[in-house]
Amino acid sequence: MEELNLFVKSIFIDNMIFAYFLGMCSFIAVSKNVSTAFGLGLAVTFMLVVTMPINFLLDRYVLQPGALTWISEDLKDVDLSFLGLIMFIAVIASGTQLVEMAVEKFSPSLYASLGIFLPLIAVNCAILGGALFMQQKDFPSAMTATVYGLGSGIGWLLAIVGIAAIREKIAYSNIPAPLRGVGITFIITGLMGIAFMSFLGIKLG
Amino acid sequence: MLSKKNKEALFNPLSKDNPVLVQILGICSTLAVTVKLEPAIVMGISVIAVLAFSNVIISLIRNTIPSTIRIIVQLVVVAALVIIVQQFLVAFNYEVSKQLSVFIGLIITNCILMGRLEAFALTNKPWPSFLDGIGNGLGYTIILVVVAFFRELLGSGTVLGFKVIPQWCYDHGYEDNGLMILPPMALITVACIVWFHRARNTELQETN
Repeated sequence: MEELNLFVKSIFIDNMIFAYFLGMCSFIAVSKNVSTAFGLGLAVTFMLVVTMPINFLLDRYVLQPGALTWISEDLKDVDLSFLGLIMFIAVIASGTQLVEMAVEKFSPSLYASLGIFLPLIAVNCAILGGALFMQQKDFPSAMTATVYGLGSGIGWLLAIVGIAAIREKIAYSNIPAPLRGVGITFIITGLMGIAFMSFLGIKLG
Repeated sequence: MLSKKNKEALFNPLSKDNPVLVQILGICSTLAVTVKLEPAIVMGISVIAVLAFSNVIISLIRNTIPSTIRIIVQLVVVAALVIIVQQFLVAFNYEVSKQLSVFIGLIITNCILMGRLEAFALTNKPWPSFLDGIGNGLGYTIILVVVAFFRELLGSGTVLGFKVIPQWCYDHGYEDNGLMILPPMALITVACIVWFHRARNTELQETN
């Protein structure tokens, strides 16, 4: 039950885009049409689901202060938490490499349309951000962390598909010239963020 | 030292080639740390430091990195620098480091870094790369400071923590705009800056 709460919470209330602005660069750049946006959203979700438990286990059994006691009692004073960023980013970068190879093999058209943004998933803030929030929130088990990853990923997917749909519609509107493209996308994202804030009042469990 | 090309590397990112407004890089962290001016300035300085030095390091080893693993090499260099900055902040300015929380760590995934490393440092000598890093860092910081200034002024009526809106305004019914503190308004503030900037620089306008 707690997992379900966390799942819903991470999709709507703690939405990666609208609450924390993570992964904005690719969010703005790849949201011109729905199908590409959907593909990128799936890739990000997949990466979050895969890297979250790995990073959780790393954090729990290697990085935290005293985490190495499972090797030997003598290591209980070792604190490797300052290595967190490097470890997380290494996991994410190698994971991205894997996803890239898989997408290239199974869906060349998606591969072509994602272009440069596939390797850039490695530096998508949403994924590293997910790992850092996971560290901060101190989840009880790898399962919970995975659920959190899945929820955040779906939240991100929802956001980028939504904005892509709106951008497809407004392509034919008469927008003031300086606002075209980036400007109006920012404003729409802001308005969607305000809309998503109405979820803030919801108390789960 | 400052040839024409180097000057361009240093000054173009301030306005004409601004990383946030024109290259659309580093939005992720821009928005979350701009509720108050002080963390925004600290964030800006951290990014300038990391960007300048990672540019120099990557530029120094640019001929020895195999292109297939360059992303991982770049990330490791950046991550090491970010860890230094993070430890430094925790040691000397604990309050601000608490406010910035995960966002210092997220400098690693700040697209400005990867973008500049890929686009500039990999193909240029260390000194121009250093200037490019400083320039882009400054361009980023300017936007951060402007956004944070307006959000703090309109949202809490303060600048750098000092009350600037006089009490009689409040007595006559002025209210701080609570909406400005909320994250979505950061986006709309940036959009206004984009609007202003592109109205001045018509060549940057997009056709759609």
